[in-house]
Amino acid sequence: MSTPLDTPTTAESPRTAPGPDRDLAQLGLAGTLVVVGAYTFYDATTLRVGFGDPVGPRVFPYVIGAVTVLLGVLLAIATLRGDVAEAEGGEDVDLRQPADWITVLKLVGVLMVTVLTVSFLGWAISGAILFVGSAWSLGSRTLVRDVIVGLVLSVSSWYAFHEGLGVILPAGILDGVL
Amino acid sequence: MDNLSLLMDGFGSVLTPQNLLFACIGVLLGTFVGVLPGIGPAMAVALLLPVTYGLDPIGAFIMFAGIYYGGMYGGSTTSILLNTPGESASVMTALEGNLMARAGRASQALATAAIGSFIAGTIGTLLVVFFAPALASVAVEIGAPSYFALMVLAMIMVTSVLGGSPLRGFIALFLGLTIGLVGLDLNTGQPRLSFDQPLLADRIDVVVVAVGIFALGEALWVAAHLRRSPLHVIPVGRPWMDRTDFKRSWGPWLRGTAYGFPFGALPAGGAEIPTFLSYLTEKRIAKRKGVDEFGKGAIEGVAGPEAANNASAAGTFVPLLALGLPVTATSAVMLAALQGYGIEPGPGLMTDQPELVWALLASLLIGNALLLVLNLPLAPVWAKLLRIPRPQLYAGILFFAALGAYAANLQAFDLLLLVLLGLLGLAMRRFGLPVLPLILGVILGPLMELRLREAMAISGGEVSGLWSEPLAVVIYVVVAIAVAAPLALRRVRPAPSDVAEELDIPAVEEEKVR
Repeated sequence: MSTPLDTPTTAESPRTAPGPDRDLAQLGLAGTLVVVGAYTFYDATTLRVGFGDPVGPRVFPYVIGAVTVLLGVLLAIATLRGDVAEAEGGEDVDLRQPADWITVLKLVGVLMVTVLTVSFLGWAISGAILFVGSAWSLGSRTLVRDVIVGLVLSVSSWYAFHEGLGVILPAGILDGVL
Repeated sequence: MDNLSLLMDGFGSVLTPQNLLFACIGVLLGTFVGVLPGIGPAMAVALLLPVTYGLDPIGAFIMFAGIYYGGMYGGSTTSILLNTPGESASVMTALEGNLMARAGRASQALATAAIGSFIAGTIGTLLVVFFAPALASVAVEIGAPSYFALMVLAMIMVTSVLGGSPLRGFIALFLGLTIGLVGLDLNTGQPRLSFDQPLLADRIDVVVVAVGIFALGEALWVAAHLRRSPLHVIPVGRPWMDRTDFKRSWGPWLRGTAYGFPFGALPAGGAEIPTFLSYLTEKRIAKRKGVDEFGKGAIEGVAGPEAANNASAAGTFVPLLALGLPVTATSAVMLAALQGYGIEPGPGLMTDQPELVWALLASLLIGNALLLVLNLPLAPVWAKLLRIPRPQLYAGILFFAALGAYAANLQAFDLLLLVLLGLLGLAMRRFGLPVLPLILGVILGPLMELRLREAMAISGGEVSGLWSEPLAVVIYVVVAIAVAAPLALRRVRPAPSDVAEELDIPAVEEEKVR
């Protein structure tokens, strides 16, 4: 979780009663921008400049890093002046409810399990775990059905990629079975 | 009429039974994924990219063409039946379309959307056939300085003109440019922003970025705000129209096409403005004729914007093929897909690989026709997809997003990147950062740096080399106007997006017109 999401709540809690129309979580985003920009700038200073290349590898990251820092500062100023983010709507999005970050954390956890296991368990098993775990995190309680659907999806996608597209997903512990 | 015979050659290479099968699969998959709630066309194309991995370029293009138009059509089906547009371009379609559906005319709304999309898509693609080669023949002459200027123009347009908040647009753009920096420097081969990771030095695959930001980011965002009360889905029969509906639709179809194509073809692209203009025009014409059903489900209000949407989608192929500039999220993903085949869209594409370009254009026409043939009878089936329970639906999206990102290189590391980018996508939605500038930054950033270095190498390090071509100067003037004009206009009248929001309550808008 290296995104701006986790920074704001802890960093800003000591502050005394901000106006309800201020979106102080945005300061976390602004801070992240400053850090990212500054690192980009620093990283560029470590590069060696080549020969016969008037621009060199540094100019672009210098500009991008500097502007990113500037944008972070501008965002911080805008936030303090009462600029509020307009969260994105959508078909299944209900913005009247407070955000349910627990579900997001569960999903990220399930995804991380997939990242860590896919190489040795193989796609057929890791993919099924991903499906079942995500459905469960999102509130499904039809475990048996989800397991069946997940297995069908992952095994059939393994075969579809293998036979149809010539892309061989890792079989993992099912090597030889599939 | 050289172009036409080249197009016929394109048809010749495309029209084999196998390729037609690919086209059918593409249209079906595209519509299937596009209809799913929460998935817009850009996400549909991004999610379906891996399906084409094993195919040769021509087969893959044909499938893309189907996926592209299928995803667009699927999106409008969702917005008509659910009244919750998945993307800004179908906001206008949703307004009257959903009112029609609620009044029991869902079939007619879907029919006019499908036929309108077909007509607009066909006319639009034919216009691409005539315009893109002409533009490309000019574009070959464009030097590095002008090309650099063009990319600046595209970025400024997408960031500050189209979005609601220029500050947020630029934040997204520079985040994208930063992601684009990751990897080996093109000239000196030194890794940048790679944290000593050889896998990062390899550059981040654009497909992983697109899937992470569009699919994973969206799924996580929805997870945080999942609507617990189910949406009301309007049942639908087989789409059909009677003679009166036809009579009322053909004018809006053609006018919508006329609005949509130029906006799509300009680097200022996007479908929001033309769909909005089309909606207003049809409303005005209906009022003059005295048959104003707007606000009660007017078929003109579906036919016009939907045609404008599709014509603009076709129009985006002009800058994409001739200049290598994507102007919508969907075309940015298409560009990423083309790059995956080692094809560098840009001024040289039309001359270097004409057979591929003409095959692509021919497949767009075929995909468009198949869309009509397949989707009119299948509409009731698609409508059923709207009832998939949400936990399983979003679990499925996560599953396929992971599959797509993983299958690109078979690296677990890509999955980790996918998760991080998904979290970035989530944060962007939370903080109202637009997605398109970021994708554009990722794709155009490296190209831009390349052109900048070329231009400077030619001029021997003189900065004035950047405006040494007349065209470059003209483009910078346009950029200046593009930056200044909205600031000036905003003082005179509210931004289009504000007006569009007001339209959500037709009664309010009604009073404004009088």
